[in-house]
Amino acid sequence: MRDEGTDASGNGDGTLAVETKGLTKHFGETRAVDGIDLAVRRGTVYGVLGPNGAGKTTTLRMLATLLRPDAGTARVLGHDVVADADAVRSSVSLTGQFASVDEELTGRENLVLIARLLGFPHRSADERARELLEAFGLAEAAGKLVKDYSGGMRRRLDIAASIVVTPPLLFLDEPTTGLDPRSRNQVWDIVRVMVAEGTTVLLTTQYLDEADQLADRIAIIDHGKVIAEGTSGELKALVGSSGTLRVRVLDPEQRDEAGRILTEALGEQFQRESDPAALSARVPDPERVAAALAELARCCVPLAEFSLGQPSLDEVFLALTGHPAEEQTPEEATA
Amino acid sequence: MSTVTTTAETEPVLVETTIRSVLSTQARPPRPSALGASLSFAWRALLKIKHVPMQLFDVTVFPIMFVLLFTYLFGGALAGSPREYLQNLLPGILVMTVSWITIYTGMGLNTDISKGVFDRFRSLPIWRPALLVGMLLADVARYTMATVIMLVLGFALGFRPDGGPLGVVAAVALLLLFSFSLSWIWTLLGLKMQTPEAVMQASMTVMFPLTFASNVYVDPKTMPGWVQAFVNNNPITHLTTASRGLIHGTTGYWDNVTWVLLWSAALVVIFAPLTMRLYNSER
Repeated sequence: MRDEGTDASGNGDGTLAVETKGLTKHFGETRAVDGIDLAVRRGTVYGVLGPNGAGKTTTLRMLATLLRPDAGTARVLGHDVVADADAVRSSVSLTGQFASVDEELTGRENLVLIARLLGFPHRSADERARELLEAFGLAEAAGKLVKDYSGGMRRRLDIAASIVVTPPLLFLDEPTTGLDPRSRNQVWDIVRVMVAEGTTVLLTTQYLDEADQLADRIAIIDHGKVIAEGTSGELKALVGSSGTLRVRVLDPEQRDEAGRILTEALGEQFQRESDPAALSARVPDPERVAAALAELARCCVPLAEFSLGQPSLDEVFLALTGHPAEEQTPEEATA
Repeated sequence: MSTVTTTAETEPVLVETTIRSVLSTQARPPRPSALGASLSFAWRALLKIKHVPMQLFDVTVFPIMFVLLFTYLFGGALAGSPREYLQNLLPGILVMTVSWITIYTGMGLNTDISKGVFDRFRSLPIWRPALLVGMLLADVARYTMATVIMLVLGFALGFRPDGGPLGVVAAVALLLLFSFSLSWIWTLLGLKMQTPEAVMQASMTVMFPLTFASNVYVDPKTMPGWVQAFVNNNPITHLTTASRGLIHGTTGYWDNVTWVLLWSAALVVIFAPLTMRLYNSER
């Protein structure tokens, strides 16, 4: 890329891929984004975490030049998103929340189209599409219409379309919303490889687990404002470090039963986590945990795993905002 | 067992090294020209027709219906015989049908623009009007198809152009140019309106008076003065008169050709920038 490394356009700190100051966007009366400051270092994964309607997508759309900010500034790889929108477009790719691929075309046609639009001549556009389809496990489905793809295939195609020319900066808007765990892991693997190869990734998510797994730093946003920012460890430390017992039951159906038993045994109220099989609670008296787990086993609630340690991001979110991170199921969120 | 196999087929294991190898290290190719980008989008629109040929209903069935209906309903009463009437009607019905078909451009755009893929298109470093120009170019291909169908049907029913093949080609070219220009009104509506139905209704409100208050069906001489004032300054009338002149090789229509060119230029000059402004603004 011609201009990614240089920083002639006034960015005070050339190590930042994204820098926003007081970024604001109103929709009518609603302040969808209300003065957001972000600083994303090059070569890292930055997670913007928040519930639906927190302003994540709006922020991303402003950074991708699709929306014009009402106030504040945003620089992407040193380019102002308003004054120098075209330069921004040359250095970023956006994978939108609802698959940004054309459902009425085949997988191959989608990639060839993007390659052509990026300036690949005929022959190399076909070749590039073939390579990507192969690498993303879509070679067999290449000639099928995308509307017949599974959610996971669609998402992989979507990411493939974003790296027809691998951008220095990739925006991923809720990359795994609505995906099954297996497809989710595949997306995570792809992101990790890209970052290892030097791409900066800014992703939004409503899955705390995802931010925890992928992101070097996380901004938690709620009602258009950043309410906490830091590494996953720093955010967890905000809530204090007293022991947290986290259990995952084998069968999500039994989660409530497990919660009842544990609450009884430990005298602490257990919270449901976003993972439908997980529960957690702060336990001031860790010695009693072993007995409580034994009680669970005796009552025939098999566990997939348990841990006693730092609080999860679910608890962080609850502690910071007073409400849980996920107010909707993923199905409702994508509807 | 079978589900396991299916899963294995549709969710293959991704190999990290393969993914790493396709992360392009090559330099970004030079950006495509405005025309190149537009043609890529036109190709996209044509691919959609290839996958769902049913969407050609409007450019195949309507033209056939209109030619048959108007020829045989009005022919005898207005010109003595359907065959006689057809000589005068066909250039006009071509104009009317193709102008009506342009409405689908706005509806199609309205449906299309609400999809996620538009965010990707709009975040690409390309000539901004390329997407819309490409769609309109593909639509010109659709208009051509409607025109060819009507001409072939016309010939079968006894239509004989006195202006020869060149005259017909010139008339069709003028018609396509005007339709392309007219489409910019519909792209504006397509971006402005909330639903395809709303686009349809707004477009029909424009097209009804334009096509019926014209000289397509009957000679305006018998109309009241105030109607004539409208009809004689209606671009559809100019286009119809110009087409008839070109197709039948008569004289005295050149000022109508000029008018059509002026109308076309005016439509693009006014509505293309308005459309682009709306396209670039947010949704």
